[in-house]
Amino acid sequence: MTLIEATGSAEKPVRKRPVRKSRRPMVAGLILPVVLLVVWQVTASSGLYSSAQLPAPLSVLDALGELAGDGSLWTHIAISLQRVLIGFAAGSGLGFALGAIVGLSARVRAVVAPSIAALRAVPSLAWVPLLVLWLGIGEGPKITLVAIGSFFPVYTTISAALAHADAHLVEVGRAYGLRGGELLGRIMLPSVAPAIFSGLRLGLAQGWLFLVAAELIASSMGLGFLLTDSQNTGRTDILLMAILLLAALGKLCDVLLGLVERRILRFHK
Amino acid sequence: MTITTAPAGVSLRGVGRAFGDHVVLRDIDLDIAPGEVVALLGASGCGKSTLLRMVGGLDTATSGTVRVDGHDVTGIDSRCAVVFQEPRLLPWRTLAGNVALGLPRDLPRNQRDTESRQWLGEVELQGFADYRPRQVSGGMAQRTALARALARKPGVLLLDEPFAALDALTRLRMQDLVEDVQRRSGTTVILVTHDVDEALKLADRVVLLGGAPTGVSVVLDVPGDRPRDHHQPELAELRSELLAGLGVPRRTTPLERETHAR
Repeated sequence: MTLIEATGSAEKPVRKRPVRKSRRPMVAGLILPVVLLVVWQVTASSGLYSSAQLPAPLSVLDALGELAGDGSLWTHIAISLQRVLIGFAAGSGLGFALGAIVGLSARVRAVVAPSIAALRAVPSLAWVPLLVLWLGIGEGPKITLVAIGSFFPVYTTISAALAHADAHLVEVGRAYGLRGGELLGRIMLPSVAPAIFSGLRLGLAQGWLFLVAAELIASSMGLGFLLTDSQNTGRTDILLMAILLLAALGKLCDVLLGLVERRILRFHK
Repeated sequence: MTITTAPAGVSLRGVGRAFGDHVVLRDIDLDIAPGEVVALLGASGCGKSTLLRMVGGLDTATSGTVRVDGHDVTGIDSRCAVVFQEPRLLPWRTLAGNVALGLPRDLPRNQRDTESRQWLGEVELQGFADYRPRQVSGGMAQRTALARALARKPGVLLLDEPFAALDALTRLRMQDLVEDVQRRSGTTVILVTHDVDEALKLADRVVLLGGAPTGVSVVLDVPGDRPRDHHQPELAELRSELLAGLGVPRRTTPLERETHAR
């Protein structure tokens, strides 16, 4: 048998070209924000609401310029970003480790999983008084709250994915002499990598949610603080700006993680 | 590169396997000589794959002993290599990377790559080392799985219906390839199949499994040297006997009719 025979018409290998990503979906995604912006501008200038209630888009932009000008904007963004990144790293790391153990061992799962599931049901704000009491009002409680937020999605997806890892591939790994850590690292984790990434992205998003809960209470810096502070001073423009910044930063983090995901998972699909 | 292995003998003594109360296999006695090619033939679900998996250490007998090369099989056996019905390649690795799974763990990286490519050459896949499993056909993927098994230089090559999911033409090519590889490496082969012709074409001996719970119904020597054509007239009688043993008796095969007509 020659190679030519072997790769005859029926067996021709199909070198899959990466599909060029069309720009059309991106444009489609921008339609709604632009429409909302226009509606916002029209409503704001119609006189239905006072500018204290609904400032025009441009005055929100002014507020952005104002805070950027005196440098305080960057401090707020930097501290929020720092809290999210440290908290996410800690929470997802712990979620990864615990999720792996629970996913791999039915015995540990039976003991631990129900309790963790119960803790997961606690709303984010419910942790705040306890954390303030235990950890004070420094960085500790805020980072911890973000970590709690990031922990659960990562833990849940990884434990579920590993518990249902492709049995055929795991068996191949075993048949070819892989055991324990090697089996986990070379077969199981790569085979559930797509689930790991969706867990990480959910964890990061939930980290941002919990950040705001953390910063709403007992903080003097950060985007969450900016929300309460501008509410107290009646600066609706700054309030709206902070909301938009949270949306933009959350989206940006997700996009960056998505790029890493695409790079690592390019051979999984 | 030499692909010669040290073929190992296999010996089964009173082997049985039960899943809970359900007894699947009972009292299997079988001796396979080093370098022999034995086909385990049986109907679907008769436990022939389970028997194969016990030789490889992927499953454990509930009674009796399984020995490879004179040593009891406890756990995964490094003297055996399995090719499953599905290629079971790791989709995130290249074909070479998949073959490397069969190589010794302590090999330096560049040597791993070189050897993987050589083993791919053995299954006529040179030039496809950097392809991903999803980029190649089912037959090529299955040949990669064969290369992965050969890279282990197994004393016993365990083939668990490795051609069942392939189209008819690819299956014939794969059978030729396995025959060729076996002849050059000299390895012992245990082939699980439900295809009588495949068993007659490739095996030195055919072990027909049957009964409930499953035992060895009959062991038949296949006459003639390999490679052989399963249409050879002297195999016709064996073929009828085996098909009858599998519960699908045939009065005559088309070929027999042809032969008689002459």
